[in-house]
Amino acid sequence: MEILEKTDKIHEDMLKTFEQKIDRGDAIEPRGHMPDGYRKHLLRQISQHAHSEVIGMQPEGNWITRAPSLRAKQILLAKIQDEGGHGLYLYSAAETLGISREEMIDQLHSGKAKYSNIFNYPALTWADIGAIGWLVDGAAIVNQVSLQRTSYGPYSRAMVRICKEESFHQRQGYEIMAKMMKGTKDQQAMAQDAMNRWWWPSLMMFGPHDTESPHTGDAVKWKIKRQSNDELRQKFIDKTVQQAEVIGLTIPDKDLKWNEDKRHYDHGPINWDEFYRVINGNGQCNKQRMAHHIKVHNAGAWVRAAAEAYRQKKEKQLLHL
Amino acid sequence: MTEQDALYKYCLRLGDDALIHSYRLSEWCSNAPILEEDLALTNFALDMIGRAQLLLTYAGQLEGKGRTDDDLAYRRSEREYFNHLLLELPNGDFAHTIARLLFSSVWEYYFFNELQHSRDTTLAAIAAKTVKEVKYHMAHATDWAIRLGDGTEESNHRMQKAIDDLWMYTGELFETDEQTAILRDKNIAADMAMIKAKWRQEIERIIGEATLTMPKDEYMQTGSSTGIHTEYLGHILSEMQYLQRAYPEATW
Amino acid sequence: MATDSQLMEWEVFMQSKPGANYIHAGSVHASDKKMALQNARDTYTRRGEGTSIWVVPSDAIVASNPDDNDMFFDPANDKVYRLPTYYVMPEGAKAI
Repeated sequence: MEILEKTDKIHEDMLKTFEQKIDRGDAIEPRGHMPDGYRKHLLRQISQHAHSEVIGMQPEGNWITRAPSLRAKQILLAKIQDEGGHGLYLYSAAETLGISREEMIDQLHSGKAKYSNIFNYPALTWADIGAIGWLVDGAAIVNQVSLQRTSYGPYSRAMVRICKEESFHQRQGYEIMAKMMKGTKDQQAMAQDAMNRWWWPSLMMFGPHDTESPHTGDAVKWKIKRQSNDELRQKFIDKTVQQAEVIGLTIPDKDLKWNEDKRHYDHGPINWDEFYRVINGNGQCNKQRMAHHIKVHNAGAWVRAAAEAYRQKKEKQLLHL
Repeated sequence: MTEQDALYKYCLRLGDDALIHSYRLSEWCSNAPILEEDLALTNFALDMIGRAQLLLTYAGQLEGKGRTDDDLAYRRSEREYFNHLLLELPNGDFAHTIARLLFSSVWEYYFFNELQHSRDTTLAAIAAKTVKEVKYHMAHATDWAIRLGDGTEESNHRMQKAIDDLWMYTGELFETDEQTAILRDKNIAADMAMIKAKWRQEIERIIGEATLTMPKDEYMQTGSSTGIHTEYLGHILSEMQYLQRAYPEATW
Repeated sequence: MATDSQLMEWEVFMQSKPGANYIHAGSVHASDKKMALQNARDTYTRRGEGTSIWVVPSDAIVASNPDDNDMFFDPANDKVYRLPTYYVMPEGAKAI
């Protein structure tokens, strides 16, 4: 009994030290004590973030071979490669919490780990590449800029690097849209069509309204998340409206208008039925994306096994020298 | 044919090589055996697109009809492309991709090393830049060829099959047609005879270290110097050129 | 060896220009040293960030525990005599 009380006391002290660190704004580092809930929340969030980067390579990758100029091909390829790199940074950040990349991939394949819903939408035309860069990356960047101040050191460091590298992504998308809006009627129609299809899903990327979001409380208290879903979404809308106007695109929301009192744009209702439908597996590309990831993973198994076998052979040879 | 025409074709061919190989490598994006390799293969594809831009731009200038690198890449048909057949073949498995990268990067390494000394200063400058890039491609391909050859039984078989399958497409890398001979005699084009010997020696060394067997020199397929390709090239072009062909008035 | 493997983890340190300190950049997976070095190059120098790279197997890194910070680092905080500003120099003395 006495021992139990003592352990309780130790735990209490550790939690207190942890919370003091968070309050002071100190970064939490891998080997230090952290409450189980903190670790679990981070694991879920960082691995989901990593998987999103990697799965996000698919819709855009779909257009690499069809990019309409050498410059466009080069930029798109470099951008998708960045997404892969960012997935890698984030897997590494998650690994500092004691999970392996294998385990994370297993969790993705079994459905236990998620990735961003947005990638369950198809990239149908070249203008979608513009819309993804401008809107999807634009929304992601708003979130990521905020996450640079997240309390977990490795996650924060990965975000700083990612934000620095992603600064060109949104510009490349916007440039594609701007060029198309200056182009032929066909191009303009293509751009507007992409805008119509990607606007609402982009707003959904910030997640449910604050009143509906189950994880926000702890995440905000622990400073994993620094701003709420609705705050971030508003930020994105406010900066995007003007960008659309400049190039002559119409935002597909008849309720969208400037609210002088709030100094923000008001927007129409988001279709949360669609959001939950897609999250629960019934988007156009859910099965396709996952099947592709599993196929590639399995197809590469013999290569990874060969690399391992080669290393082991060479190590043995060294021992016998 | 004037020297200028011959040089135009020479640059076009080198540009097509880089463009078509980059196309194949870019197909690996989000398909590689491990994320790190995805980034590596993409880096090589990016190096090659850059090289294609330089060479096709220069070719366009030599031709003197005002065609840009994009015009040349996106508005030529199957029979007007001159890349080596090896580079247009489908990726196959990772072993085939590595075998192709090995054959071509070793070739490119010796080739561009020679071309650095070309009397044509533009070509020499492009070659000097390219040598650095392909030296790295070669190191990467060599290491993987050895790992796969000397890895598991399965990887050894796959790697052996890959070099066997692709071997018949390596012969035409060393061909010298009449036009190239003119350029070579004027110290503009590289001399293939010496490159062939070096290439063969290095490939033999790597295949040996990878515990693989050198393929036999039997039939060598050629044709690309006159624009006779495999069936695969047409599919590459129909995909690559789709937007430019479908919306000829548009700029992107 | 696990039935499937994502290969070993390595920590990557980069030097941004000749003469500068090596700074931790992140990590990569690779099965051997050569691959680790190449993967680090392809992952962390895409924008010309480096002139030199070190890679170290992650499990070879020994790190202090943040919970021991009081014993590890606090005792150094009152050793002000290690700092040049601690000393009073006679007025007029130069080049010291």
